[in-house]
Order: sequence, then C-alpha cells, then structure tokens
Amino acid sequence: MEVQSNGALHYQLGGWAPPLGIEYVVDLMAAFVATVVTGVALLVIIAIRRMAAQEMPQRTGSFYGLVGLLLTGLTGMVVTGDLFNLFVFLEIASLASYALVFTGGPQAMMAGFRYLILGTVGGSFYLLGVGFLYFSTGSLNMADVSARLVGLEDSRAVLAGAVFIFVGLGLKMALFPLHLWLPDAYNHAPSSVNSLIAPIMTKVAAYAMLRMFLNVFPPGYLDSVVPLAPVLVGLGLVGVVAGSAAAMVQHDVRRMLAHSSVSQLALIAVGIGLATPLAAAAALLHVMNHAVMKACLFLVAANVRYRTGDSSIDGFAGLGKRMPVTMGAFTVTAIAMVGVPPTAGFFSKWYLAQAGIDAGNWAVVAVVLLSSLMTGVYMLRIVERAYFAPSPVGEPGLPEGPTGKGLSTATRQATATEAAIDMVAPVVILAAAAVGLGLANAAVLTHVLLPAVGG
Amino acid sequence: MADVESVRPLLAVLAPVAGALLVALSSRWPNLREAWTLLTTVVTVALVASLLSSVTSGQTVSTTLFELSPGVDIALRADAAGMIFGLLASSLWVAASVYSIGYMRGLNESNQTRFYVAFALSIAAAIGVAFAANLLTFVLFYEMLTLMTYPLVTHRGTPEAIKAGRKYLAYTLSGGVALIAATAWIVSLDVDPTFRAGGILDGVTDSATLWSLFALLTLGIGVKAAVMPLHSWLPSAMVAPTPVSALLHAVAVVKAGAFGFVRVMGFVFGAALLVDMGAWQVLAGFAGVTLITGSILALRIDNLKRRLAYSTISHLSYIVLGTALLGPVGWTGALLHMVAHGVTKITLFFCAGAIHARTHKENVSELNGIGRQMPITMGAFALASLGMAGIPPFMMFGSKWLLGVGAMEIDQPVLLALYLVSGVLNAAYLFPIVLRAWRPSSTPLRYSEASWFMVAPLSVTAALALLLGIFPDMGFKFYTLAAAVGDAVGVTP
Repeated sequence: MEVQSNGALHYQLGGWAPPLGIEYVVDLMAAFVATVVTGVALLVIIAIRRMAAQEMPQRTGSFYGLVGLLLTGLTGMVVTGDLFNLFVFLEIASLASYALVFTGGPQAMMAGFRYLILGTVGGSFYLLGVGFLYFSTGSLNMADVSARLVGLEDSRAVLAGAVFIFVGLGLKMALFPLHLWLPDAYNHAPSSVNSLIAPIMTKVAAYAMLRMFLNVFPPGYLDSVVPLAPVLVGLGLVGVVAGSAAAMVQHDVRRMLAHSSVSQLALIAVGIGLATPLAAAAALLHVMNHAVMKACLFLVAANVRYRTGDSSIDGFAGLGKRMPVTMGAFTVTAIAMVGVPPTAGFFSKWYLAQAGIDAGNWAVVAVVLLSSLMTGVYMLRIVERAYFAPSPVGEPGLPEGPTGKGLSTATRQATATEAAIDMVAPVVILAAAAVGLGLANAAVLTHVLLPAVGG
Repeated sequence: MADVESVRPLLAVLAPVAGALLVALSSRWPNLREAWTLLTTVVTVALVASLLSSVTSGQTVSTTLFELSPGVDIALRADAAGMIFGLLASSLWVAASVYSIGYMRGLNESNQTRFYVAFALSIAAAIGVAFAANLLTFVLFYEMLTLMTYPLVTHRGTPEAIKAGRKYLAYTLSGGVALIAATAWIVSLDVDPTFRAGGILDGVTDSATLWSLFALLTLGIGVKAAVMPLHSWLPSAMVAPTPVSALLHAVAVVKAGAFGFVRVMGFVFGAALLVDMGAWQVLAGFAGVTLITGSILALRIDNLKRRLAYSTISHLSYIVLGTALLGPVGWTGALLHMVAHGVTKITLFFCAGAIHARTHKENVSELNGIGRQMPITMGAFALASLGMAGIPPFMMFGSKWLLGVGAMEIDQPVLLALYLVSGVLNAAYLFPIVLRAWRPSSTPLRYSEASWFMVAPLSVTAALALLLGIFPDMGFKFYTLAAAVGDAVGVTP
C-alpha cells in the first residue's frame, strides 16, 4: 500500500549507489508477489507445526531454520533490483529447499538428489546468462542493464545471455519439458515441506521470468529478435495439457497435485509469453490465485496424511463425513481450480482467454478452457471418493500395523476425524480466500496488477 | 424503459441461500428443518412476486453490485422475461418442497439435509440466472446451477447415480466452457455484455466472428436445454430422487437452458441479426429435429421417468424453436410454453414419484390398474396428459397455438406441422398410460394413495395446468409478461 501511494521503494545496500552497489527495488509488482508469498507462507507454517513435529521429532530446530532461509531467499529474489543478487537469493532458497526435501528420509534421497542436480543446473544457467549480460553491458543492476541493452540488439552475447537466463529460470519454474524434477521431489518430501515449497517456490521463479520479460530486456526484443516469448507460450500450452493429463492418471494425491502445479505454472508461463499488459496481469493474478489454492490443497493432503497415514486417492474414501470441514474446503478449492465463477481460478483463465483473443492466438483460448475440464476430471475423483465411497472398515484385532505407528492404515482411515484447529483453520481461510479473491479480483486487477505491468 | 434500483432482486437470490444455511444448521431436528425449507420457499416467491407490479407497468428493477471484471459488474435486473422464469421456479419450488417432504420421508431416504440444502442453493442459482443483467453474471449463476444440482443427481450414491453425475458434469461443464469462451470474446470485442432487447452485437460486422459466437453460445446453452445431440445427460439424470427430476430437470435446470436461448437469441443477437445471418434456420433445424425425435423416442421407453425425460427434451425444443421464430407471437408462445410445460410436466413427475414411493413401481408395463389404487394421482396424471397433448382449454394448448401462429407468421408451415405431429405423439406416449391405469389388474388392488404431502401438490399443479389455460393472466400475469417480451424482442418480418 505504501508503494501504491508513494511509488517504488529503493534501498541501497550499504549505501553504495548502483551500478556498483546492490539496490533493492520494491515496485508494485514486487510488493504484490512478496505479499502473496509471505501471506501464504504464514498460513502454511501455522498449519504444519504439528506435522513437522511428528515427521522430524529431533530436528524441528533445524527445520525452522531452513524454513527461515527459504523465505529469506524467496523474498530476497522478489525485492532485489540486481541480477547477480537475484542469483544469490535464488541459491539460498534452492539450497534450503534441497535440504528440506532431504528431511524426507531415505526414499527422498534419489528424488532429492535429482532435484539438487537439476536445480543447480538451472541456477547455473541463469548465472551464465547474467554473466553474458554483464559482459555486454558492464552492469548488474536491472534498471541499468535494461537501459544499456537498448542499442545492443544485434549482439550475440546478449542473445546467448537471454537464452541461458530463459532456460535457467524455465527449469526453476518447472516449464515443460524441464519439469520432471517436480513431481518426484514433491512426492517424497515430507508433507510439511511440500505444503510450504509447492505453492511459492516455482512462483517466485515465474516472477523472475516475468521481470526479465518486462523490465530487463528491451520491449519487443524477446519477441522479434530472440523469439523466446512465442517459445514460452508454446511450451506453456504443451505443459498445461501434459500436466493435466499426467495428473489424471495418478494414484497418489501428492503426485497428482504436483503434476497439476506443472499445468497451472504453464498457464502463468503462457501469460508471461503473450507479453501484453492484460496477459502479464493475468499471469500475476494466477500467481496469487494458484499459490492460495495449491497451498490449501497440499495442506488438505497433509491433514489427511496426518490423520490416516495415507496419501493415496483411494484413501479419501468416506472422508466427507469424517473430516467434513477439511473436505468442504477441499471441494471449494477444487471448484476454484476448475475455474467456476466467481472463484479466483476462473478469473485468471478469464483474463488469459481474453488476452489470447486479443492476440489472435486461439490455441491459448482453447487450451486455457480445456484445462478447466481436465482439472475437473482429476479433482472430481477425490470429491467423489470423499463423499460417495464407503469408508474402509478398520481391523480391530491388530495392535501393530505395517506403518509401524501402532495402527494399520485401514483402521486409521476408518477412525480418522478432523485434524486440530490450527491445522484446519488455515485450510478454511485459504479456501475462503479462493472465493473472496475471485469476487474482489477486479479491484486487484485495476488497482494493483495493471498499473504494475504498465497497462 | 425506466429502471428502478432496488435491493429486492438480490434479496430474492439470497433468500434461498439463507434458507439453506438454516436448514444445514437444523439437521438434527427434521421437523424444524422442513419448516425452514417451507418458510424459505414462501419468502422467496413473495420477494420475486413483489417485483411483479413494477415490471408489468413497464419498468425494470435492478440491483448493481460491484465490479467483477473491469467494465462488467455483477448485476441483477428483473425484466419481463426474467420475471417469467423467476416466478415459475420460485412458485413451483413451494409445491416441490411440500412434495419432497412426503417423498423423502416416504422412502426413508438418507442424507436428507444435504438434499434440502442443495435444493435451496439450486433455486438461488436459478433465480440468479433469471435476473442476471449481463452475460458474465448469467454465466456465473449458470455454472453455480450446475454445481448445486450435482449433489442432487448423485444423491443416492449408487454406482449408477455416480456415473450419471459424472456424465451430467461432463456435459454441463463443457457447455459452460463454451459459454465462457463466447463471453470472453464478446467482452474483448469491447461490447457491453449487458442484455438488451434487440441484441448487443450490432457493432460486430465480421461474419466469421458472429457465426463462431453463435456456435459457442448455442453449444453452451444447448446442453442444459437438451438440444440434440447434447441431450443424453437428461435421461441419465433421472436416477435422482423424483423431486429433483420434477423441479430441476423439468423446470429449473432445463428451463434455465431454454431461458438461455431466450436471452441469447433475443437479448444478445436479436431477431434482426439472426435474420441477416440466416442463423435462425440453423437453430430451427436442430430444434425441429429434437422436437420430433424426442417424442418418437418416448414412445417405446418403459421406464416412466425416462419416458417423461424424452418428452421434456422434445418440449424444450418447442421453446427453442419458438425463439427462432422471430416474430412477436412466436416469442410470446415460447415464453408461455416455458410456464405451461413447467406446470404440466411437474405434475407428471410428481405422479411418477408418488407411484414409486407408494408401490416401488417404475415402469409403465407394471402400472396395470394403478388407477384404482391411486385415483387422485392418476386423475392428475390424466389431466396433465390431456394438457400435454394440447387439448383446449389446457394451458399447453394456448402456448402451442401461439407457437403455431408464430410459425405461420414467418411463413413456415413445416414448423407448424412439426408442432402438430408432436402433439399427436404426446398423446400417443401418454394416453396409453392413463388407459392402462384403469385396466383390470392381475391382483386386486385396494385404495392406497400416496401421502397428502405428495398428493396435494400434484393436484394443485394439475389444476393450474388447466386453470392457467382458461385464465392465463391469473395470479402472476404470465400472459402479460410473455406478450411484453414478444413485443420487445420480436421482429415482424
């Protein structure tokens, strides 16, 4: 709000002026994304407290330390105005997230290792790209670089820089086909970690990508000189369909949500790639909407796993009766994901479709709307199971079960009830936000997002 | 046309929502819960009816809420067309609620609270559809209607019900997607999506754009209006409890689709544009085929509710065809048919449900002699059947007469012939049921009517099917409203 009234905030680290010093710039777009990231993180952290205590009993101290580092990294990425500084914060956040994924224990090793390698590759590509830009312009400050790039459209170094940055950030935001690390990482990490990383980490990478498109490279450069914008749109469209299709065939709810995230992030990529103010605003709107919705969904999955020890889709049978508040919130959020008005998810797609129509790109319109239907398929399965499938019958005579927690999974499923209030309340708040943000979306769009992208 | 700002259209939409909340909170006290439902129905119809005097004197009553998308508000506006649908849905809800109590308790159905809550929310959505002032608000409530009726379709939780629910969602959400695409397109063309009699697309000249919009919009609303080939969700949805089939799938949901055609053909495209494009012939073609095919298919179906479902499919296309007839008389007939068919068909469904609740019989072939067992029910069924066949002075005769005149108005005797043939077919698939009911049966049957909760509403609606034919302006002034729409929208060629 301060940014709205007073204009962008600038801070120079150590009093060193740019281009030598590191400058932090909080303009409307950065303020918006930072608010979303920290707001969602707050709700998630409240909700995962008990789960974290259960999943890693001896190491909660280091867990919260890593969480703090993660948030520092992510927020730093959002508020920095310096290209190299962004890399530093990107690495801080990534390293924290690798460590958090590894807390999942032995099964997380392979997936976490792959995540680490691919993530480092992504970060390194970004760094290489920044290197090329530094080499060509002599500066690392974003505003400065963008001014200096204006005459340099023919430079091969700048072209290489653009492509490296694109691939690096694309990997970090799970753009098709660089997304394969995501489902595995989210599957094997502990639920508490998932719920935190999934909604916000890739979003910040998407924000960085948008920043490059809007504020660093000269307008039109990424369209006509190096056609990265159309490539982004194309890969995004494929990612939407591929992610949704993969989500439809999963048996584990966490993997399903991970593939769904790939699909939704691809929608954001399409918005960034279309490069019009409305498209970019739609992308930012979806950053917020998806963060809220995915946080809610992952928290529901976490709550269910906390109570039943199981995260398979079949394990949702009968939960509509026994965990009514949690499943109610899930249903509302599922409807929001499908994109039924007046929920938030509808409006991201609404503006994206309009942007597609404006650009004459009918593939965008078709894919955006098709994604609603595909989302309906994979979300509906869970709603159906929860409300219409009969609950499993517990096995009374078994004191020790395969999960080793004293009761078999089936018995826990049969007797599960709502999780504690501090786990359920954030879920409800996020679900309510999925509707409330939808109703209020015009205000957000006109007062925050469109001015932020210069529309 | 003068427009008055008032909160009453919004209240009419919110009253059922408030009722749903009260019902949800009373689940442990069934009698209190039922009382809340009945009270809500009465309050809702009173709120809707309170708008009648303003609208019949030529005004419209609106509530404008906040901006939902830049340049487009959530807005409700009660005009003549909206009043017809709103009054139909809310007044028949009173009857359906009384009926539901008898049916649900008679069959000792489970999850009754969920049923009443979803029912109330569906009616709220239907009234929202009726009073939507622009395409975006319309789409909002249209999709809400889909969602709120889904738990009613899958209510019994049997595998068949779940499958029917999936099919229902697949069809209706796909239609919704087409609607959303069309609306997004219209907004991006900088056209104000507020409904206006005579159309809003006069600024659009590109023929490809117009035809694409036509295709998308008709696909979108054609699903709920059960225009072939988008109709097959409706017979499957008959797996729901009969109050659902009666009110929602004979009145609220399907009439929302038909009403959608009223809005799109009359208030988005406009008759003049449809003539220019030649689009009305395409619509007339699909509607005409549906009209006849629905009736033909109904002839051989044994399951009573499914037979009535195909009859509904046929009659919805009476209305859709009416909106393609372009002239004022045709439009008046189409809107009047919405009411006539609603009242008459709900009677037939009420009877089918009463029979099922009392005897567990579902098929026509099992109904020998049922008239002796349930004379009031079958009497109402007989009356309604006469109405469906278009026998004067039932209301269905009046609306069919106007539709026929409308067809001649635009010089299309083929369409008149279609209406006449279908009328005969109606008799052919309904009269045999009545005759069967008074045939001697193999086992002697004693008098054993369904509960008064069911018999009273069906008698009332059967009587209305007759009385509204003799006095079409009785009560809610349906004829005046329909004629007003016809005059506003119809274009004499």
